[in-house]
Amino acid sequence: MTETSENAIDHESPEVHEREHHIVSPRIYIMILLALLVGTAITVWASYVDLGEWRVAPGLVIFWNPIVALAIACTKATLVVLFFMHVKYGTKLTKLTVGSGIFTFLVLVGMTLADYFSRAWGRW
Amino acid sequence: MSDSQVQVIAQPEVHTHEHPPYQRHHFETYAQQNDATNFAMWLFLLTEVMFFGGLFTAYLIYRNWFYQAFVAGSHQLSIPLGGLNTLLLIISSFTMAMGVWSAEMRKKGALVLCLCLTMTLGLGFLGIKTIEYGEKIEKHHVPGFHYSLQSFLDPSSDEAAKAAGDKPLPLDMARHTEVYFSLYFAMTGMHALHMIIGVAILAFMIVRAQSGAYTTGHVTFVENFGLYWHFVDIVWIFLFPLLYLISRH
Repeated sequence: MTETSENAIDHESPEVHEREHHIVSPRIYIMILLALLVGTAITVWASYVDLGEWRVAPGLVIFWNPIVALAIACTKATLVVLFFMHVKYGTKLTKLTVGSGIFTFLVLVGMTLADYFSRAWGRW
Repeated sequence: MSDSQVQVIAQPEVHTHEHPPYQRHHFETYAQQNDATNFAMWLFLLTEVMFFGGLFTAYLIYRNWFYQAFVAGSHQLSIPLGGLNTLLLIISSFTMAMGVWSAEMRKKGALVLCLCLTMTLGLGFLGIKTIEYGEKIEKHHVPGFHYSLQSFLDPSSDEAAKAAGDKPLPLDMARHTEVYFSLYFAMTGMHALHMIIGVAILAFMIVRAQSGAYTTGHVTFVENFGLYWHFVDIVWIFLFPLLYLISRH
């Protein structure tokens, strides 16, 4: 019985999907455009400056230049995904899809890199 | 036989069109249809993320292995041209976003204008990419039988290498610059192919938009093409620093 009533509710309330189609205003698009342009300027400028390195342990050195460049790129990509691609205003399904996709991507890339960088290449 | 005839006659009475003509019959509401199509588009984009992700991972691993070769290789790229392309692509993403807004607001003229601007900027990007590729062909930096190591063995003979203050590489490391350019052409080439496909779809959309196809409240196609175009923009946002910038200082 409960099943039928649940079905009835499902059929009678298309409001589940009837979320008002959100229209992002041009003002936000212009702000994001400016942020992306500023980000591009900063990343080009930062690439000419030697940001140094961090010797974590013998044989493990972290260079700051690529880290900063990738951090700026990730910030820009996040702005594009959230605002230009409307994920901020999207359904929970969209958010979950994008989130789990990025998570899977990071797991695959992270584990591949961890494998390659942690092997004693040529020393066995 | 007679059964099917009866059905054909009865059909118009069964179907009452209380929904817009662009809503498929198996969807309850237009919003549901739009959500479903959006979801499909995102799934497609995730396969694209994985595809480009493989290339990026290969790039990171080889860069770590053949570091000097990758530094010398990236010094052959022009930051002004790459930077200009980044600007073009970011602005085209903005005009595309404005195109989606125009479709949502049912402004036909603005939509056609935005799509035309997006296509022009995309073509501009491809034009500059052609100039860059042409330079690589001239200097024999395209991997293959005619690949030349001269810029890396004798940097003083090469303008770009001299400007970057490159030191001559030993022969075995110089050979690995070919790996850099293989990845450079694979990544920017795949990206350019996506741009070409995008420009072709834009041309199709401009024709359709002029006949008012996207300003009826049915914005799904424009919206999902926008997702594709922004995705291509994001790929370039990562390609530009990785290929052009991080070995510059």
